[in-house]
Amino acid sequence: MSVEMRELTALERGTLEGAPVLVGRPDDRKLNDDLFLPVWEKTRRGWLALFGITLGLTGLLFSAIAYTFAKGIGAWGNNIPVAWAYDIINFVWWIGIGHAGTLISAILLLFQQKWRTSINRFAEAMTLFAVIQALLFPMIHLGRPWFFFWLFPYPSTLATWPNFKSPLLWDVFAVSTYFTVSLLFWYVGLLPDLAALRDASKSKAARIAYGIFALGWRGSARHWRHYRIAYLLLAGLATPLVLSVHTIVSFDFAVSQLPGWHTTIFPPYFVAGAIFSGFAMVLTLMIPARKVFGFEGVITQRHLDNMAKVMLATGLMVSYGYLTETFIAWYSGDKFESFVFFNTRARGPYAPIYWTMITCNVLVPQILWWRKARENTILLWIVSILVNVGMWTERFVIIVTSLHRDFLPSSWAMYRPTWVDWSILSGTIGFFGLLFLLFLRFVPSVSASEVKELRRELEHEAHAGAHAAKRAAPAARVR
Amino acid sequence: MKKRYAMAVDTVRCVGCSACVISCKTENALPDGGFRDWIVQEVRGAFPDLSMEIRSERCNHCSEPSCVDACPTGASHVAEGGVVAVARNKCTGCKACIAACPYGARYVHPAGFVDKCTFCLHRVQKGKQPACVETCPTRSLTFGDLEDPDSPVARLLRSRRSRVLQPEAGNKPNVFFLS
Repeated sequence: MSVEMRELTALERGTLEGAPVLVGRPDDRKLNDDLFLPVWEKTRRGWLALFGITLGLTGLLFSAIAYTFAKGIGAWGNNIPVAWAYDIINFVWWIGIGHAGTLISAILLLFQQKWRTSINRFAEAMTLFAVIQALLFPMIHLGRPWFFFWLFPYPSTLATWPNFKSPLLWDVFAVSTYFTVSLLFWYVGLLPDLAALRDASKSKAARIAYGIFALGWRGSARHWRHYRIAYLLLAGLATPLVLSVHTIVSFDFAVSQLPGWHTTIFPPYFVAGAIFSGFAMVLTLMIPARKVFGFEGVITQRHLDNMAKVMLATGLMVSYGYLTETFIAWYSGDKFESFVFFNTRARGPYAPIYWTMITCNVLVPQILWWRKARENTILLWIVSILVNVGMWTERFVIIVTSLHRDFLPSSWAMYRPTWVDWSILSGTIGFFGLLFLLFLRFVPSVSASEVKELRRELEHEAHAGAHAAKRAAPAARVR
Repeated sequence: MKKRYAMAVDTVRCVGCSACVISCKTENALPDGGFRDWIVQEVRGAFPDLSMEIRSERCNHCSEPSCVDACPTGASHVAEGGVVAVARNKCTGCKACIAACPYGARYVHPAGFVDKCTFCLHRVQKGKQPACVETCPTRSLTFGDLEDPDSPVARLLRSRRSRVLQPEAGNKPNVFFLS
């Protein structure tokens, strides 16, 4: 028996886990032309149509918010005992979606994963826009929203000072820190591309606009050195935030003594769910954008495959979370806890929503075990949408089913959303879409500078690999 | 000596007439749909071997109030005599206290703040009894200072068997139910 051993070239290593991270050897000019095309090209009709729809939904959102401010939160379907409903469901859902960006940008950067390069800006933008939607809710859900600033520590003549024992206050700090760091990280990463856009601008207005945002970037060695340090520091700052934000959001529920909420599994289960929904949203947006703008060469099958695998892994964690909390409800012998899981959720009036959650979050992602399913972009897109729906229903199940039947049967009540609740939910989806369309139109959605760098790295590795293989070839042959 | 206000609810005497609920609404000018106390009828057993307990419930003015810990602005606080109160001018209406309370004792006032039972502290400070206690036709409600061993509530709790609601919550309630 003979075994032939030789070192793999970098390109072969790239194909070990499926498709390469960059198709072909596009030069800098081609990368600039291709990746900046959505910015320079004439506005497409499809973009305008989508812009109109999302603008309309954004109008609906702000109209519904104005109506809420005028009428009070009685305009919503909230009642006693369901004091938190769509407001907090939407808050948690959007915050969860906002988790993938920082995970892809910061954590994959620290782990030197090459497949982050073409998708990081996309995911970061999605994170920011999702967190903007989430940030609306802690403010508008207040009974007296004009006092939202009382949650911040400031010297007040009223002697209002935040209670630092309250998890709601931790939320304020966690989410605002996350938004600030994510914004800085995204913006710092944009600087080289904004400068490239400035330099390539044909109109004076565009040159001035991009010039202002490029902050005088000239691409000197000093600039690059500062850029690298800032980028790495922000990645280091952002990494713990990926874990802390949703952990703290979960504390809003876990520290309350309500059956279905009062459980120690919430932090890891919420973080896994957040990454699950975040990756699903990245895929939901990326698959059509990749097709429309012809980005298949930079956002390859490898990227989609890896994201599908992350979605499968986090989906399994979420499923394990469902299983564990149900087991503990039975094993603890707590009659209230058991009632929530075995009567209210699975068989109560909101059972269809519970079973939608199980279908979308537990059963549907299992299809991703098959490579063929991961390679089918339409199927992957449908799975990602179903996961988004599933994660929204999960928030509904956690919040509404736990609240609507609490300890005292005489205080049970059904929750039914009003048109204002629906308008706010659809409005945030529209506002999110609007911001995303503006991002696609005015900013390169794939980082050209990082893709160029990746191409050079791959070339360098290919050369180094081929050279090493040549030298090692005779010695490595075993007969 | 520091006061610790408490209430004893005699479930044997209570007939569930809701006079306490009406007097509270009148005394405190509560809005439509808003209640600081309520009547619970709990039926136990299986037909035909049934028993019913009637309770007048309200905020338990816990010694370890989870609502106070959950309030982000400090609007929920412990006032004189251990009464858990809401400073409505500090309340943003975030409803965190509602989520934290295991007794469902709070509601959102139409003006946007969260409202709850105060043990009628404004009356107690003038030497009067809470409105519900004064109104109860069967004298099933007894209010007083637990730290004073001669107070009616302290004597009642020494002489009768009593329990609190959901002791497992760990909030140490100060409303006791006599049986």
